[in-house]
Amino acid sequence: MRDVAVIGVGMQKWGELWAKSIRDIWVESALMAMDDAGVDHIDSMYVGSMSPGLFSSQEHLESLLADYLGQHHVPATRVESACASGGLAFRLAWMEVASGLSDVVLASGVEKMTDVSGSEATHALATAADMKWEGMSGVTFPGLYAMMAVAHMHKYGTTRQQLAQVAVKNHENGSKNPRAQFPMRITVEDVIHSVQVADPLNILDCSPITDGAAAVILVPADQVKKYKKPGVKVTGSGHATDTIALHSREDLAAIRAAAIAAEGAYRMAGKTPKDIDFAEVHDCFTIAEILISEALGFFEPGQGGPAAEAGWTALGGRIPINPSGGLKSKGHPVGATGVAQIVEITEQLRGECGPRQVKGARVGLAQNMGGSGGSCLVHILEVM
Amino acid sequence: MPPARAWRNYPQLYRLEAARCTKCGTVHFPPRLVCSHCRNRSFETFRLGRTGQLVSYTVIRTPSAEFTGQAPFAVGIVEMDDRVRLTAQVVDVGFDELRVGLPVRLEFRRISAEGESGVIHYGYKAAPVRG
Ligand SMILES: [Zn+2]
Repeated sequence: MRDVAVIGVGMQKWGELWAKSIRDIWVESALMAMDDAGVDHIDSMYVGSMSPGLFSSQEHLESLLADYLGQHHVPATRVESACASGGLAFRLAWMEVASGLSDVVLASGVEKMTDVSGSEATHALATAADMKWEGMSGVTFPGLYAMMAVAHMHKYGTTRQQLAQVAVKNHENGSKNPRAQFPMRITVEDVIHSVQVADPLNILDCSPITDGAAAVILVPADQVKKYKKPGVKVTGSGHATDTIALHSREDLAAIRAAAIAAEGAYRMAGKTPKDIDFAEVHDCFTIAEILISEALGFFEPGQGGPAAEAGWTALGGRIPINPSGGLKSKGHPVGATGVAQIVEITEQLRGECGPRQVKGARVGLAQNMGGSGGSCLVHILEVM
Repeated sequence: MPPARAWRNYPQLYRLEAARCTKCGTVHFPPRLVCSHCRNRSFETFRLGRTGQLVSYTVIRTPSAEFTGQAPFAVGIVEMDDRVRLTAQVVDVGFDELRVGLPVRLEFRRISAEGESGVIHYGYKAAPVRG
């Protein structure tokens, strides 16, 4: 296998982009990535998108987007793994370059979620759960994570305040990110008194409904000198699945797929959790960031809550988590999220992040997951 | 839910038919073709006992489109006495009574009256065991 580097990134400001279609949103990001790398042709492309059918009444998205990008006839592949679709698109693009099959591959993700009503969007997202055996109960995604929160609180004594602290920290980081959908600062009190969604989670514990896209260009690491910007090397990639029904998992207070995917990525990169300078993780709900910070080995099981409360995951803390603002503040257009994490890590490792820059960052980790943890991708990227 | 899709589930929804792996004894609900624990392919079918206890729970206050009008309602993960877990609405319970370990019993209730077919769908819900 060849070493692979990210050489260009593209992402516009996320939000409710009502004036733009799914194809326009995606093409803007893809062009930004191509311009950043200084390429006008790609050999192949991957698009992560969870459900353009339900959100935008459009399938066969990969060919549509290849056409609108002006890349007629290139091989194009849409991949779906619920909210991990973007991370999976990145992994497949990495594999294609690593294998020697292609030299310039676009990895991207997109979701246009605000063209349908809130309850329709909740339904579309709920299809990432076991529709028959979980869906019958009327449980929603916030509901599934709420049950993980209750289990974590019961097992380890995690508190409501600790959950809220994750949202407060991510909004603080997002306030320094010009692309964030909700860059406002919030307090623990705001979170605890916001609208109830699924006890104990309130609206400010949840990532929002977002329109957005993100794209990156991957090339062989030994060819980076041909391009405009410094390359960032992909040194580890891990991928794992689990039961999509939460009730089928032995421990409701842990995300096994994340731990297994992380193990794979750490082994490939020859790294341990202590070697990671910062991480972008899948904080679809506040409890998710706590569970993931434990699954990645940054903290012992049960210590994710106290660590968040102590500020260890804030910018300037022991292991900054989600300097971008995370899904919580930056937004969560599901298919785009995993690729946006790679965008943030690349820019951090290039030292381009201004007020939210992690000082001296040389090794970054991205963790993206689908559903309640039924799929997970972990990538490690390093300064070359 | 289209009638055929609902009909396929009747043995599980109405009779709680589960499958016990003949090799490792793992209980699967709903039944499967391959044991996810040992990959054995033969099972004995049996009816789950109706009792179990909550291992986690929540109160859904913002439902999906299909459940609009029912909210707020409680949902829990139930560990059945037969050592298999399932997700169900928790009914006949005050939200402040919900706790890990709450003994519950599955009952058959209407799930939805709508559906394109006009068929009324029934399924299991969990209610606390009193006294
Ligand atoms: Zn077995």
